[in-house]
Amino acid sequence: MSLLTPDFGLLFWMLVNFLIVFGILAKFGFPVITRMVSERRDHISKSLLAAEEATKKLENVRQESLAMLDEARVRQTEIIKKAIADGEQIVRNAQQKATEETEKQLDAARRSIELQKEKALSEINAQVALLSIDIAEKILRRQLDDREQQETFALQMVEETENIRRKRSHRR
Amino acid sequence: MMNIGKHITLACIAAAALLAPLCASAEEHGGEGGEKELAIGDIITEHVFDSYWWHITTYKGRHISMYLPIIARSEGGSWHVFSSRHLAHGEVYRGFRIAAKGEKHEGKVVATSAAGEAYRPWDISLTKNALALTINSAIMLALFLGAARWYKRRPKNATPSGFVCAVEMLVMDVEEGIVHASIGKDYKRYSPYLLTAFFFILINNLMGIIPIFPGGANTTGNIAITFVLALCTMVAVNLFGNREYWKEIFWPDVPVWLKVPLPIIPLIELFGVISKPFALMIRLLANIFAGHTVILAFTLLVFITAKIGVGINAGMTAFSVVLSIIMLCLEFLVAYIQAYVFTLLSAVFIGLSRPEHHAAHKK
Repeated sequence: MSLLTPDFGLLFWMLVNFLIVFGILAKFGFPVITRMVSERRDHISKSLLAAEEATKKLENVRQESLAMLDEARVRQTEIIKKAIADGEQIVRNAQQKATEETEKQLDAARRSIELQKEKALSEINAQVALLSIDIAEKILRRQLDDREQQETFALQMVEETENIRRKRSHRR
Repeated sequence: MMNIGKHITLACIAAAALLAPLCASAEEHGGEGGEKELAIGDIITEHVFDSYWWHITTYKGRHISMYLPIIARSEGGSWHVFSSRHLAHGEVYRGFRIAAKGEKHEGKVVATSAAGEAYRPWDISLTKNALALTINSAIMLALFLGAARWYKRRPKNATPSGFVCAVEMLVMDVEEGIVHASIGKDYKRYSPYLLTAFFFILINNLMGIIPIFPGGANTTGNIAITFVLALCTMVAVNLFGNREYWKEIFWPDVPVWLKVPLPIIPLIELFGVISKPFALMIRLLANIFAGHTVILAFTLLVFITAKIGVGINAGMTAFSVVLSIIMLCLEFLVAYIQAYVFTLLSAVFIGLSRPEHHAAHKK
Protein backbone atom coordinates (compact mmCIF):
# COMPACT_ATOMS: atom_id res chain seq x y z
CA MET A 1 0.00 0.00 0.00
CA SER A 2 2.09 2.79 -1.21
CA LEU A 3 1.05 6.36 -0.83
CA LEU A 4 2.26 7.42 -4.26
CA THR A 5 1.30 4.53 -6.55
CA PRO A 6 -2.22 4.87 -7.85
CA ASP A 7 -4.19 1.67 -7.66
CA PHE A 8 -5.66 0.61 -10.98
CA GLY A 9 -9.05 -0.41 -9.61
CA LEU A 10 -9.54 2.87 -7.81
CA LEU A 11 -8.37 4.81 -10.88
CA PHE A 12 -11.01 3.00 -12.87
CA TRP A 13 -13.79 3.75 -10.38
CA MET A 14 -12.71 7.34 -9.97
CA LEU A 15 -12.65 7.89 -13.73
CA VAL A 16 -16.09 6.31 -14.11
CA ASN A 17 -17.57 8.27 -11.20
CA PHE A 18 -16.05 11.59 -12.12
CA LEU A 19 -16.93 11.36 -15.79
CA ILE A 20 -20.53 10.36 -15.06
CA VAL A 21 -20.93 13.17 -12.54
CA PHE A 22 -19.28 15.63 -14.91
CA GLY A 23 -21.38 14.48 -17.87
CA ILE A 24 -24.67 14.72 -16.02
CA LEU A 25 -23.97 17.96 -14.18
CA ALA A 26 -22.41 19.67 -17.21
CA LYS A 27 -25.62 19.01 -19.10
CA PHE A 28 -28.42 19.16 -16.54
CA GLY A 29 -26.90 20.69 -13.42
CA PHE A 30 -24.65 23.72 -13.51
CA PRO A 31 -25.73 25.32 -16.80
CA VAL A 32 -29.33 25.38 -15.58
CA ILE A 33 -28.33 27.17 -12.39
CA THR A 34 -25.91 29.62 -14.01
CA ARG A 35 -28.29 30.38 -16.87
CA MET A 36 -31.13 31.07 -14.46
CA VAL A 37 -28.94 33.37 -12.43
CA SER A 38 -27.71 35.29 -15.44
CA GLU A 39 -31.26 35.56 -16.79
CA ARG A 40 -32.40 36.85 -13.44
CA ARG A 41 -29.53 39.31 -13.39
CA ASP A 42 -30.53 40.59 -16.84
CA HIS A 43 -34.13 40.83 -15.72
CA ILE A 44 -33.18 42.80 -12.62
CA SER A 45 -30.98 45.23 -14.48
CA LYS A 46 -33.63 45.70 -17.14
CA SER A 47 -36.28 46.29 -14.50
CA LEU A 48 -34.07 48.79 -12.76
CA LEU A 49 -33.57 50.68 -16.02
CA ALA A 50 -37.30 50.61 -16.71
CA ALA A 51 -38.05 51.88 -13.22
CA GLU A 52 -35.57 54.68 -13.63
CA GLU A 53 -37.13 55.64 -16.94
CA ALA A 54 -40.60 55.55 -15.44
CA THR A 55 -39.46 57.81 -12.62
CA LYS A 56 -38.00 60.20 -15.15
CA LYS A 57 -41.20 60.19 -17.18
CA LEU A 58 -43.27 60.78 -14.08
CA GLU A 59 -41.05 63.69 -13.16
CA ASN A 60 -41.49 65.10 -16.67
CA VAL A 61 -45.25 64.78 -16.42
CA ARG A 62 -45.20 66.50 -13.07
CA GLN A 63 -43.09 69.33 -14.47
CA GLU A 64 -45.38 69.64 -17.46
CA SER A 65 -48.51 69.82 -15.35
CA LEU A 66 -46.86 72.39 -13.11
CA ALA A 67 -45.95 74.47 -16.16
CA MET A 68 -49.49 74.15 -17.47
CA LEU A 69 -50.88 75.25 -14.13
CA ASP A 70 -48.59 78.26 -14.09
CA GLU A 71 -49.57 79.19 -17.60
CA ALA A 72 -53.24 78.86 -16.76
CA ARG A 73 -52.78 81.12 -13.78
CA VAL A 74 -51.07 83.74 -15.93
CA ARG A 75 -53.82 83.50 -18.52
CA GLN A 76 -56.42 83.83 -15.84
CA THR A 77 -54.96 87.06 -14.49
CA GLU A 78 -54.59 88.36 -18.02
CA ILE A 79 -58.19 87.60 -18.83
CA ILE A 80 -59.43 89.19 -15.65
CA LYS A 81 -57.34 92.28 -16.28
CA LYS A 82 -58.62 92.54 -19.82
CA ALA A 83 -62.20 92.10 -18.69
CA ILE A 84 -61.84 94.86 -16.14
CA ALA A 85 -60.28 97.17 -18.73
CA ASP A 86 -62.98 96.33 -21.25
CA GLY A 87 -65.69 97.03 -18.74
CA GLU A 88 -64.19 100.35 -17.85
CA GLN A 89 -63.89 101.24 -21.51
CA ILE A 90 -67.53 100.37 -22.15
CA VAL A 91 -68.70 102.50 -19.25
CA ARG A 92 -66.52 105.35 -20.39
CA ASN A 93 -67.80 105.09 -23.95
CA ALA A 94 -71.38 105.07 -22.77
CA GLN A 95 -70.84 108.09 -20.61
CA GLN A 96 -69.20 109.95 -23.45
CA LYS A 97 -71.97 109.04 -25.82
CA ALA A 98 -74.57 110.16 -23.33
CA THR A 99 -72.86 113.47 -22.80
CA GLU A 100 -72.62 114.07 -26.53
CA GLU A 101 -76.25 113.19 -27.00
CA THR A 102 -77.37 115.55 -24.28
CA GLU A 103 -75.23 118.31 -25.72
CA LYS A 104 -76.72 117.74 -29.12
CA GLN A 105 -80.26 117.82 -27.75
CA LEU A 106 -79.55 120.95 -25.77
CA ASP A 107 -78.13 122.63 -28.84
CA ALA A 108 -81.14 121.73 -30.89
CA ALA A 109 -83.47 123.01 -28.20
CA ARG A 110 -81.58 126.24 -27.94
CA ARG A 111 -81.58 126.70 -31.67
CA SER A 112 -85.32 126.08 -31.95
CA ILE A 113 -86.02 128.48 -29.08
CA GLU A 114 -84.00 131.15 -30.88
CA LEU A 115 -85.81 130.42 -34.08
CA GLN A 116 -89.16 130.61 -32.39
CA LYS A 117 -88.18 133.82 -30.71
CA GLU A 118 -87.07 135.47 -33.93
CA LYS A 119 -90.18 134.27 -35.63
CA ALA A 120 -92.28 135.73 -32.86
CA LEU A 121 -90.36 138.98 -32.94
CA SER A 122 -90.65 139.35 -36.67
CA GLU A 123 -94.36 138.60 -36.37
CA ILE A 124 -94.66 141.22 -33.66
CA ASN A 125 -92.69 143.68 -35.85
CA ALA A 126 -94.95 143.03 -38.77
CA GLN A 127 -97.99 143.41 -36.56
CA VAL A 128 -96.56 146.66 -35.13
CA ALA A 129 -95.79 147.95 -38.63
CA LEU A 130 -99.32 147.17 -39.75
CA LEU A 131 -100.72 148.80 -36.64
CA SER A 132 -98.50 151.86 -37.07
CA ILE A 133 -99.50 152.08 -40.73
CA ASP A 134 -103.11 151.92 -39.67
CA ILE A 135 -102.58 154.53 -37.00
CA ALA A 136 -100.51 156.65 -39.37
CA GLU A 137 -103.21 156.40 -41.98
CA LYS A 138 -105.79 157.51 -39.45
CA ILE A 139 -103.61 160.32 -38.13
CA LEU A 140 -102.57 161.32 -41.58
CA ARG A 141 -106.14 161.47 -42.72
CA ARG A 142 -106.85 163.83 -39.81
CA GLN A 143 -103.79 166.10 -39.76
CA LEU A 144 -102.60 166.37 -43.36
CA ASP A 145 -104.42 169.63 -43.78
CA ASP A 146 -101.89 171.58 -41.77
CA ARG A 147 -98.58 172.10 -43.50
CA GLU A 148 -96.57 172.77 -40.38
CA GLN A 149 -98.02 170.00 -38.61
CA GLN A 150 -97.12 167.85 -41.52
CA GLU A 151 -93.45 168.63 -41.33
CA THR A 152 -93.27 168.25 -37.55
CA PHE A 153 -94.96 164.97 -37.83
CA ALA A 154 -92.67 163.74 -40.53
CA LEU A 155 -89.63 164.64 -38.51
CA GLN A 156 -91.06 163.03 -35.47
CA MET A 157 -91.70 159.87 -37.45
CA VAL A 158 -88.23 159.74 -38.78
CA GLU A 159 -86.84 160.18 -35.29
CA GLU A 160 -89.00 157.48 -33.95
CA THR A 161 -88.12 155.06 -36.69
CA GLU A 162 -84.48 155.66 -35.99
CA ASN A 163 -84.99 155.07 -32.32
CA ILE A 164 -86.69 151.82 -33.00
CA ARG A 165 -83.97 150.75 -35.36
CA ARG A 166 -81.27 151.63 -32.85
CA LYS A 167 -83.06 149.83 -30.16
CA ARG A 168 -83.42 146.72 -32.32
CA SER A 169 -79.82 146.77 -33.35
CA HIS A 170 -78.82 147.32 -29.77
CA ARG A 171 -80.84 144.37 -28.65
CA ARG A 172 -79.22 142.19 -31.19
CA MET B 1 -10.66 8.15 9.54
CA MET B 2 -14.20 6.96 10.05
CA ASN B 3 -13.26 5.65 13.45
CA ILE B 4 -12.41 9.09 14.69
CA GLY B 5 -15.94 9.44 15.94
CA LYS B 6 -15.70 6.22 17.82
CA HIS B 7 -12.36 7.23 19.23
CA ILE B 8 -13.61 10.61 20.31
CA THR B 9 -16.58 8.99 21.99
CA LEU B 10 -14.29 6.53 23.67
CA ALA B 11 -11.98 9.30 24.71
CA CYS B 12 -14.79 11.19 26.35
CA ILE B 13 -15.96 8.13 28.20
CA ALA B 14 -12.41 7.45 29.31
CA ALA B 15 -12.01 10.97 30.58
CA ALA B 16 -15.26 10.80 32.48
CA ALA B 17 -15.09 7.34 34.01
CA LEU B 18 -11.39 6.42 33.75
CA LEU B 19 -12.29 2.84 33.08
CA ALA B 20 -9.48 0.34 32.70
CA PRO B 21 -11.36 -2.12 30.42
CA LEU B 22 -11.35 0.46 27.65
CA CYS B 23 -7.62 0.20 27.44
CA ALA B 24 -7.99 -3.52 26.87
CA SER B 25 -10.48 -2.88 24.11
CA ALA B 26 -8.15 -0.46 22.45
CA GLU B 27 -5.31 -2.90 22.66
CA GLU B 28 -7.36 -5.59 21.12
CA HIS B 29 -8.24 -3.27 18.29
CA GLY B 30 -4.63 -2.45 17.60
CA GLY B 31 -2.88 -5.77 17.75
CA GLU B 32 -4.48 -8.67 16.04
CA GLY B 33 -1.96 -11.26 17.05
CA GLY B 34 -2.58 -10.60 20.74
CA GLU B 35 0.30 -8.14 20.91
CA LYS B 36 0.54 -6.03 23.98
CA GLU B 37 1.96 -3.01 22.10
CA LEU B 38 -0.48 -0.70 20.42
CA ALA B 39 0.37 -0.65 16.70
CA ILE B 40 -0.29 3.03 16.03
CA GLY B 41 1.11 2.85 12.52
CA ASP B 42 -1.17 0.00 11.58
CA ILE B 43 -4.26 1.74 12.89
CA ILE B 44 -3.51 4.91 11.02
CA THR B 45 -2.67 2.96 7.87
CA GLU B 46 -5.92 1.06 8.08
CA HIS B 47 -7.86 4.30 8.24
CA VAL B 48 -6.15 6.47 5.67
CA PHE B 49 -5.54 3.86 2.97
CA ASP B 50 -7.97 2.03 0.80
CA SER B 51 -9.37 -1.31 1.93
CA TYR B 52 -11.44 -4.18 0.63
CA TRP B 53 -13.98 -3.83 3.41
CA TRP B 54 -15.45 -0.98 5.32
CA HIS B 55 -14.61 -1.35 8.98
CA ILE B 56 -17.45 0.33 10.83
CA THR B 57 -16.69 -0.39 14.44
CA THR B 58 -15.34 -2.96 16.88
CA TYR B 59 -17.71 -4.06 19.57
CA LYS B 60 -16.49 -6.28 22.42
CA GLY B 61 -13.52 -7.40 20.37
CA ARG B 62 -15.59 -8.21 17.30
CA HIS B 63 -14.99 -6.29 14.12
CA ILE B 64 -18.18 -5.04 12.53
CA SER B 65 -17.36 -4.47 8.89
CA MET B 66 -19.12 -4.07 5.61
CA TYR B 67 -17.64 -6.54 3.13
CA LEU B 68 -17.39 -5.17 -0.39
CA PRO B 69 -17.32 -7.01 -3.71
CA ILE B 70 -13.98 -8.04 -5.13
CA ILE B 71 -13.81 -7.98 -8.91
CA ALA B 72 -10.63 -9.55 -10.27
CA ARG B 73 -9.40 -11.42 -13.32
CA SER B 74 -7.76 -14.75 -12.85
CA GLU B 75 -4.81 -16.02 -14.90
CA GLY B 76 -7.18 -17.91 -17.15
CA GLY B 77 -8.78 -14.66 -18.24
CA SER B 78 -12.08 -15.09 -16.48
CA TRP B 79 -13.48 -12.42 -14.18
CA HIS B 80 -14.40 -13.28 -10.62
CA VAL B 81 -16.83 -11.35 -8.47
CA PHE B 82 -17.16 -12.34 -4.82
CA SER B 83 -17.47 -10.83 -1.40
CA SER B 84 -14.29 -9.81 0.36
CA ARG B 85 -15.57 -11.76 3.37
CA HIS B 86 -13.89 -14.81 1.79
CA LEU B 87 -10.49 -13.15 2.02
CA ALA B 88 -10.97 -11.63 5.45
CA HIS B 89 -8.38 -13.42 7.57
CA GLY B 90 -5.67 -14.22 5.06
CA GLU B 91 -7.79 -16.92 3.51
CA VAL B 92 -7.39 -18.02 -0.10
CA TYR B 93 -10.47 -18.00 -2.30
CA ARG B 94 -10.57 -18.97 -5.96
CA GLY B 95 -6.81 -18.55 -6.09
CA PHE B 96 -6.96 -15.00 -4.72
CA ARG B 97 -5.74 -13.80 -1.37
CA ILE B 98 -4.75 -10.55 0.25
CA ALA B 99 -1.00 -10.14 0.54
CA ALA B 100 0.13 -10.19 4.14
CA LYS B 101 2.13 -7.54 5.90
CA GLY B 102 5.72 -7.33 4.70
CA GLU B 103 4.94 -9.11 1.47
CA LYS B 104 5.07 -7.49 -1.97
CA HIS B 105 1.74 -5.76 -2.84
CA GLU B 106 0.96 -5.62 0.85
CA GLY B 107 -2.76 -5.37 1.56
CA LYS B 108 -3.78 -5.90 -2.06
CA VAL B 109 -5.47 -8.83 -3.73
CA VAL B 110 -2.85 -11.12 -5.25
CA ALA B 111 -3.05 -14.31 -7.24
CA THR B 112 -0.44 -17.01 -7.46
CA SER B 113 0.99 -17.64 -10.90
CA ALA B 114 1.82 -21.03 -12.38
CA ALA B 115 5.39 -20.44 -11.31
CA GLY B 116 4.17 -20.09 -7.74
CA GLU B 117 4.87 -16.40 -7.55
CA ALA B 118 2.38 -13.87 -6.22
CA TYR B 119 1.33 -11.25 -8.73
CA ARG B 120 -1.29 -8.50 -8.98
CA PRO B 121 -4.18 -9.55 -11.19
CA TRP B 122 -6.47 -7.09 -12.96
CA ASP B 123 -8.40 -5.85 -9.98
CA ILE B 124 -11.32 -3.42 -10.18
CA SER B 125 -12.82 -4.31 -6.82
CA LEU B 126 -15.35 -1.91 -5.41
CA THR B 127 -13.12 -0.92 -2.51
CA LYS B 128 -13.95 1.33 0.41
CA ASN B 129 -12.75 4.41 -1.47
CA ALA B 130 -14.56 3.38 -4.65
CA LEU B 131 -17.79 2.94 -2.69
CA ALA B 132 -17.26 6.23 -0.88
CA LEU B 133 -16.67 7.95 -4.23
CA THR B 134 -19.89 6.51 -5.55
CA ILE B 135 -21.84 7.62 -2.49
CA ASN B 136 -20.31 11.10 -2.69
CA SER B 137 -21.05 11.30 -6.40
CA ALA B 138 -24.65 10.36 -5.71
CA ILE B 139 -24.85 13.07 -3.03
CA MET B 140 -23.40 15.59 -5.47
CA LEU B 141 -25.82 14.64 -8.21
CA ALA B 142 -28.72 14.85 -5.78
CA LEU B 143 -27.60 18.30 -4.59
CA PHE B 144 -27.21 19.91 -7.98
CA LEU B 145 -29.89 18.13 -9.92
CA GLY B 146 -32.24 18.91 -7.04
CA ALA B 147 -31.34 22.58 -7.28
CA ALA B 148 -31.64 22.54 -11.09
CA ARG B 149 -35.04 20.86 -10.80
CA TRP B 150 -36.22 23.61 -8.51
CA TYR B 151 -35.55 26.17 -11.25
CA LYS B 152 -37.23 24.08 -13.91
CA ARG B 153 -40.40 23.85 -11.88
CA ARG B 154 -40.60 27.55 -11.10
CA PRO B 155 -41.68 30.40 -13.35
CA LYS B 156 -38.91 32.38 -14.95
CA ASN B 157 -36.95 34.73 -12.72
CA ALA B 158 -38.09 33.00 -9.52
CA THR B 159 -35.78 33.69 -6.61
CA PRO B 160 -34.85 30.69 -4.50
CA SER B 161 -34.44 30.60 -0.77
CA GLY B 162 -32.96 28.13 1.67
CA PHE B 163 -31.16 25.14 0.22
CA VAL B 164 -31.41 26.11 -3.44
CA CYS B 165 -30.29 29.63 -2.60
CA ALA B 166 -27.23 28.25 -0.80
CA VAL B 167 -26.38 26.02 -3.77
CA GLU B 168 -26.86 28.94 -6.12
CA MET B 169 -24.67 31.17 -3.97
CA LEU B 170 -21.84 28.60 -3.88
CA VAL B 171 -22.08 27.88 -7.60
CA MET B 172 -22.10 31.56 -8.52
CA ASP B 173 -19.28 32.29 -6.10
CA VAL B 174 -17.09 29.70 -7.83
CA GLU B 175 -18.14 30.71 -11.31
CA GLU B 176 -17.71 34.45 -10.79
CA GLY B 177 -14.88 34.44 -8.26
CA ILE B 178 -12.71 31.70 -9.73
CA VAL B 179 -13.70 30.73 -13.25
CA HIS B 180 -14.65 34.09 -14.71
CA ALA B 181 -11.92 35.96 -12.86
CA SER B 182 -9.17 33.58 -13.99
CA ILE B 183 -10.16 32.63 -17.53
CA GLY B 184 -11.89 35.77 -18.75
CA LYS B 185 -13.79 35.90 -21.99
CA ASP B 186 -14.47 32.24 -22.80
CA TYR B 187 -15.09 31.10 -19.25
CA LYS B 188 -18.53 29.61 -19.97
CA ARG B 189 -16.95 26.75 -21.87
CA TYR B 190 -14.87 25.63 -18.91
CA SER B 191 -17.14 26.46 -16.04
CA PRO B 192 -19.01 23.09 -16.00
CA TYR B 193 -15.72 21.20 -15.62
CA LEU B 194 -14.29 23.55 -13.02
CA LEU B 195 -17.54 23.62 -11.06
CA THR B 196 -17.68 19.83 -11.13
CA ALA B 197 -14.07 19.61 -9.97
CA PHE B 198 -14.64 22.12 -7.18
CA PHE B 199 -17.72 20.49 -5.74
CA PHE B 200 -16.40 16.98 -6.29
CA ILE B 201 -13.33 17.80 -4.23
CA LEU B 202 -15.29 19.77 -1.64
CA ILE B 203 -17.88 17.05 -1.08
CA ASN B 204 -15.26 14.32 -0.91
CA ASN B 205 -13.17 16.38 1.52
CA LEU B 206 -16.14 17.08 3.78
CA MET B 207 -17.42 13.51 3.65
CA GLY B 208 -13.92 12.40 4.60
CA ILE B 209 -14.10 14.45 7.79
CA ILE B 210 -17.41 12.95 8.91
CA PRO B 211 -16.31 10.02 11.04
CA ILE B 212 -19.35 7.74 10.73
CA PHE B 213 -20.32 5.35 7.95
CA PRO B 214 -21.08 7.09 4.70
CA GLY B 215 -18.22 9.45 5.42
CA GLY B 216 -14.77 8.82 6.73
CA ALA B 217 -13.11 7.38 3.64
CA ASN B 218 -9.93 9.15 2.71
CA THR B 219 -10.87 9.68 -0.95
CA THR B 220 -9.20 12.97 -1.84
CA GLY B 221 -6.17 11.84 0.15
CA ASN B 222 -5.64 9.00 -2.31
CA ILE B 223 -3.33 9.42 -5.27
CA ALA B 224 -5.64 7.65 -7.73
CA ILE B 225 -8.35 10.25 -7.15
CA THR B 226 -6.11 13.30 -7.29
CA PHE B 227 -4.36 11.80 -10.32
CA VAL B 228 -7.61 11.62 -12.29
CA LEU B 229 -8.55 15.16 -11.27
CA ALA B 230 -5.15 16.53 -12.26
CA LEU B 231 -5.29 14.57 -15.51
CA CYS B 232 -8.63 16.18 -16.37
CA THR B 233 -7.17 19.62 -15.75
CA MET B 234 -4.16 18.74 -17.90
CA VAL B 235 -6.45 17.64 -20.71
CA ALA B 236 -8.54 20.79 -20.41
CA VAL B 237 -5.42 22.96 -20.49
CA ASN B 238 -3.65 21.28 -23.40
CA LEU B 239 -6.55 20.15 -25.54
CA PHE B 240 -8.01 23.62 -25.84
CA GLY B 241 -4.75 25.60 -25.71
CA ASN B 242 -4.49 27.95 -28.67
CA ARG B 243 -1.60 28.54 -31.09
CA GLU B 244 -0.08 31.23 -28.95
CA TYR B 245 0.15 28.79 -26.05
CA TRP B 246 2.03 26.16 -28.06
CA LYS B 247 4.25 28.79 -29.60
CA GLU B 248 5.23 29.95 -26.13
CA ILE B 249 6.24 26.39 -25.30
CA PHE B 250 8.18 25.39 -28.41
CA TRP B 251 9.33 28.75 -29.71
CA PRO B 252 9.26 31.16 -26.77
CA ASP B 253 10.22 34.79 -26.99
CA VAL B 254 13.85 34.35 -25.84
CA PRO B 255 17.30 34.74 -27.48
CA VAL B 256 17.72 32.21 -30.27
CA TRP B 257 20.73 30.43 -28.71
CA LEU B 258 18.53 29.37 -25.85
CA LYS B 259 16.37 27.31 -28.14
CA VAL B 260 18.16 26.41 -31.36
CA PRO B 261 21.03 23.98 -30.99
CA LEU B 262 19.91 22.85 -27.58
CA PRO B 263 16.20 23.50 -26.82
CA ILE B 264 16.78 24.55 -23.20
CA ILE B 265 13.79 26.81 -22.73
CA PRO B 266 11.36 24.60 -24.71
CA LEU B 267 12.42 21.70 -22.50
CA ILE B 268 11.76 23.71 -19.38
CA GLU B 269 8.41 24.82 -20.76
CA LEU B 270 7.52 21.26 -21.68
CA PHE B 271 8.44 20.16 -18.19
CA GLY B 272 6.08 22.85 -16.93
CA VAL B 273 3.22 21.27 -18.87
CA ILE B 274 3.60 18.16 -16.74
CA SER B 275 4.75 19.72 -13.50
CA LYS B 276 1.71 22.01 -13.19
CA PRO B 277 -0.91 19.23 -12.97
CA PHE B 278 1.58 17.13 -10.99
CA ALA B 279 1.74 19.87 -8.37
CA LEU B 280 -2.06 19.96 -8.30
CA MET B 281 -2.18 16.22 -7.73
CA ILE B 282 0.40 16.18 -4.93
CA ARG B 283 -0.92 19.31 -3.18
CA LEU B 284 -4.42 17.95 -2.74
CA LEU B 285 -3.21 14.47 -1.80
CA ALA B 286 -0.70 15.71 0.76
CA ASN B 287 -3.05 18.16 2.43
CA ILE B 288 -5.91 15.76 2.92
CA PHE B 289 -3.73 12.79 3.75
CA ALA B 290 -1.80 14.79 6.34
CA GLY B 291 -5.01 16.15 7.85
CA HIS B 292 -6.46 12.67 8.31
CA THR B 293 -3.21 11.37 9.74
CA VAL B 294 -2.84 14.18 12.25
CA ILE B 295 -6.42 13.87 13.50
CA LEU B 296 -5.96 10.14 13.94
CA ALA B 297 -2.67 10.61 15.73
CA PHE B 298 -4.20 13.06 18.20
CA THR B 299 -7.13 10.75 18.81
CA LEU B 300 -4.83 7.81 19.39
CA LEU B 301 -3.07 9.75 22.15
CA VAL B 302 -5.83 8.47 24.42
CA PHE B 303 -4.88 4.87 23.81
CA ILE B 304 -1.15 5.41 23.84
CA THR B 305 -1.28 6.99 27.28
CA ALA B 306 -3.80 4.51 28.63
CA LYS B 307 -0.97 2.24 29.81
CA ILE B 308 0.99 4.92 31.61
CA GLY B 309 -1.49 5.58 34.37
CA VAL B 310 -4.98 6.74 35.12
CA GLY B 311 -4.02 10.33 35.97
CA ILE B 312 -1.91 10.94 32.89
CA ASN B 313 -4.45 9.17 30.74
CA ALA B 314 -7.21 11.46 31.98
CA GLY B 315 -5.12 14.54 31.31
CA MET B 316 -4.05 13.36 27.90
CA THR B 317 -7.60 12.38 27.01
CA ALA B 318 -8.82 15.91 27.62
CA PHE B 319 -5.81 17.23 25.73
CA SER B 320 -6.51 14.87 22.84
CA VAL B 321 -10.16 15.85 22.60
CA VAL B 322 -9.26 19.54 22.54
CA LEU B 323 -6.59 19.00 19.88
CA SER B 324 -8.88 16.79 17.79
CA ILE B 325 -11.58 19.44 17.84
CA ILE B 326 -9.10 22.09 16.77
CA MET B 327 -7.81 19.83 14.01
CA LEU B 328 -11.30 19.01 12.79
CA CYS B 329 -12.11 22.71 12.56
CA LEU B 330 -8.89 23.22 10.66
CA GLU B 331 -9.76 20.34 8.36
CA PHE B 332 -13.12 21.91 7.56
CA LEU B 333 -11.21 24.98 6.50
CA VAL B 334 -8.70 22.89 4.55
CA ALA B 335 -11.53 21.00 2.82
CA TYR B 336 -12.76 24.26 1.36
CA ILE B 337 -9.35 25.79 0.75
CA GLN B 338 -8.03 22.76 -1.13
CA ALA B 339 -11.10 22.59 -3.36
CA TYR B 340 -10.71 26.31 -3.93
CA VAL B 341 -6.99 26.13 -4.66
CA PHE B 342 -7.34 23.19 -7.04
CA THR B 343 -10.09 24.93 -8.98
CA LEU B 344 -8.38 28.30 -8.93
CA LEU B 345 -5.08 26.91 -10.22
CA SER B 346 -6.85 24.81 -12.86
CA ALA B 347 -8.67 27.94 -14.00
CA VAL B 348 -5.44 29.94 -14.02
CA PHE B 349 -3.66 27.27 -16.08
CA ILE B 350 -6.58 27.18 -18.49
CA GLY B 351 -6.50 30.96 -18.68
CA LEU B 352 -2.76 30.82 -19.43
CA SER B 353 -3.36 28.36 -22.25
CA ARG B 354 -5.39 31.01 -24.09
CA PRO B 355 -3.06 34.00 -24.17
CA GLU B 356 -5.07 36.13 -26.58
CA HIS B 357 -4.53 39.42 -24.82
CA HIS B 358 -0.80 38.94 -24.89
CA ALA B 359 -0.79 38.36 -28.65
CA ALA B 360 -3.02 41.33 -29.23
CA HIS B 361 -0.70 43.58 -27.22
CA LYS B 362 2.36 42.57 -29.19
CA LYS B 363 0.79 43.73 -32.40
